[in-house]
Amino acid sequence: MKLRDICSLTEGIVVSGESRLDDSVDFAFASDLMSDVLTIKKDHFLLITGLANIQSIRTAEMSDAPYLLLCRNKEVTDEMLELAREDNILIIKSKFSMFRCAGILFNAGLKPVY
Amino acid sequence: MRFEYKVEGGDFTQAGYAASQVKKNLKQLGVDSSVIKRVVVALYEAEVNIVAHAYRGVIYADIESSGIKLKLVDEGPGIPDVTRAMTKGFSTASPAVREMGFGAGMGLPNISENADSLLIETEVGKGTTLNIEIRF
Repeated sequence: MKLRDICSLTEGIVVSGESRLDDSVDFAFASDLMSDVLTIKKDHFLLITGLANIQSIRTAEMSDAPYLLLCRNKEVTDEMLELAREDNILIIKSKFSMFRCAGILFNAGLKPVY
Repeated sequence: MRFEYKVEGGDFTQAGYAASQVKKNLKQLGVDSSVIKRVVVALYEAEVNIVAHAYRGVIYADIESSGIKLKLVDEGPGIPDVTRAMTKGFSTASPAVREMGFGAGMGLPNISENADSLLIETEVGKGTTLNIEIRF
């Protein structure tokens, strides 16, 4: 699924990494627990989270998950943006809840990691 | 190649800096991406542990042709019961650590799973040293 479509389906706005909107991704994982994200062996997946802090960006970087969908319109701080730009991580911000985002994207064909 | 990074306890903004730098170096050396991921996940979790539990620490990363040796030396409370600390789900993390998305008792088990070798030396009241080895 194109990241552009993910953004549109979740009525999101892109706050970082706009140049990656035409990338495609097949898998997603939704969690606020970064330790859980770090157990995933797969790379190149969309991280759906409500955790808006520097560690969610770091975790995406370490997990080779270059796309982050931030739910419930959480604030993206300047330090998050700086790190995301450095690592070329796409951040989409959606007003929808994590449950709703995950449901929409699952229905649209995005596959679960587990 | 040897790299050294200082880590301050409680400084969550910098947690992950060492793992990020090591990742860049390993990429430049052309190390397999699945091995890089194992290295940086183990290192990142260990780095977060220093920030979460210790007063300060130093990370030494030795990159050789056959693999990487990571040594994380911290000054901190130490681990009273290593077996318990290695148990999935056991955690002594503060609410501040949990707010950062950690502290669910998954760190040490995850480090162990990604490492080819993990040795924990600890002394209560003094600190902990983690020796992690991952072969390329």
